[in-house]
Amino acid sequence: MNVLAIIGRAVLAMLASIGRVTLFAVETVSHLGRPPYYPREFAQALVQIGYFSLPVVGLTTIFTGGALALQIYAGGARFSAEAVVPQIVAIGMVRELGPVLVGLMIAARVTSSIAAEIATMKVTEQIDALITLSTNPAKYLTLPRVLAATIVMPFLVGVGDIIGIMGGYLVGVERLGFNAGTYLRNTIDFLEPLDVVSSLTKAAVFGFLAALMGCYFGMRSGRGAQGVGRATKGAVVAASVLILAANFVLTELFFSA
Amino acid sequence: MIDLVDVHKAFGANTVLTGVNLTLRKGRSMVIIGGSGTGKSVLLKCVLGLVQPDRGAISVDGTDVTNLRQGTSERDAFLARFGMLFQGSALFDSLPVWQNVAFRLLRGSLKKPRAEARDIAIEKLRRVGLSSEVADLFPAELSGGMQKRVGLARAIATEPEIIFFDEPTTGLDPIMAGVINDLIRGIASEMGSTAMTITHDMSSVRAIADEVAMLHDGMIQWTGPASEMDSCGDPCVAQFIAGSAEGPIETVR
Repeated sequence: MNVLAIIGRAVLAMLASIGRVTLFAVETVSHLGRPPYYPREFAQALVQIGYFSLPVVGLTTIFTGGALALQIYAGGARFSAEAVVPQIVAIGMVRELGPVLVGLMIAARVTSSIAAEIATMKVTEQIDALITLSTNPAKYLTLPRVLAATIVMPFLVGVGDIIGIMGGYLVGVERLGFNAGTYLRNTIDFLEPLDVVSSLTKAAVFGFLAALMGCYFGMRSGRGAQGVGRATKGAVVAASVLILAANFVLTELFFSA
Repeated sequence: MIDLVDVHKAFGANTVLTGVNLTLRKGRSMVIIGGSGTGKSVLLKCVLGLVQPDRGAISVDGTDVTNLRQGTSERDAFLARFGMLFQGSALFDSLPVWQNVAFRLLRGSLKKPRAEARDIAIEKLRRVGLSSEVADLFPAELSGGMQKRVGLARAIATEPEIIFFDEPTTGLDPIMAGVINDLIRGIASEMGSTAMTITHDMSSVRAIADEVAMLHDGMIQWTGPASEMDSCGDPCVAQFIAGSAEGPIETVR
């Protein structure tokens, strides 16, 4: 009986959380059509989320692309398929690793930063101050960040995809002895528009989720340093899990036979 | 001007307000006193709509404001009449001082050109005793006393009709507390604003108050002119003024 009660409470708590997140998301999106807007905050969020994430995106994807090339070469050698390195690196980076790894890096870098910043604002009554200054926190804090992340993520993932492929190219040409021209031609010939579209769509969804979770957990932060810490941890975990779950759903939608 | 009738508020099992009745008249300065954790800040936040009362009614100039919804033009108009100095100043870390002060003047219905908003911010900073050199600093670069002054400048930037002060002298040394008290008194008088202050600092009470209200056990135990506070005969007020451990206010809460 007690076990059932525990399971029941957990399920109810989970459903309540899903409901709260959904309402938060709907409210955030609804502000898109209702002024006032805060272009300065939006521009700042674009720079913070987009421009300043470029180094970490570049480093993550170049090493992943290089490692992927080595793995495919070594694995392919077992059945004499070493030549498919350019194609598999391209499809692996564009369809899966580019969006997922950039999404997770953004969850680590941006979601944590947003959650900690907003949670600190809540703890120090800055959110209350915003309200007394006739400024809706959802419009001023949440919408600019969520919108900026949704818009800028496809650019980051696009850059990440290219750098990842270049990582594979460098390893393929410099280490594994591929011909440079052939490697590039095989990469370009093999990729289809759907691969790129799926990559960029995933990126936009992951950006939305990452920023939304940062804002949601920040706004619901408890008191004190512990509250800020919990909000930050919860935001990063939730964003990471949602990104991986959304990746599965989107892959199913784009590529199921 | 501001009327609270039978206001109740609980957070889960923690009952904070159990039927507050209070009237604040236009142009007067009321100070609400009471021990820590008695719900003084919650009471202020109920008036501003930051906390929703469970029961009771709050009206300003006869208009019921208890259930104004966030984001509506009525609520924006209501909030535009208020200025608020928060306990920890609540300055926005990411903005320089002048943009904190001119926050309301840079956006929304009271928006002014940027240069004009900056001029007003600098004038308000001067009014609270800060030089124009402070304008471009960030809040983290200021001392606690300076942050309070910036918070005060922000509260008066639009010359509101009603100003709330939440523990304005907490954490300040006695000299700086005296400076803040004098500023509050002076500004409220010259602007003709209605002021509501919550504090447990008796020097603030004596410097700021026209009227005093004692909040204890979730209710207003006594209210009256500040001049009658010492001789009112209310045991809670007497204990609070004396700072005594003996009396109806429990020391272990």
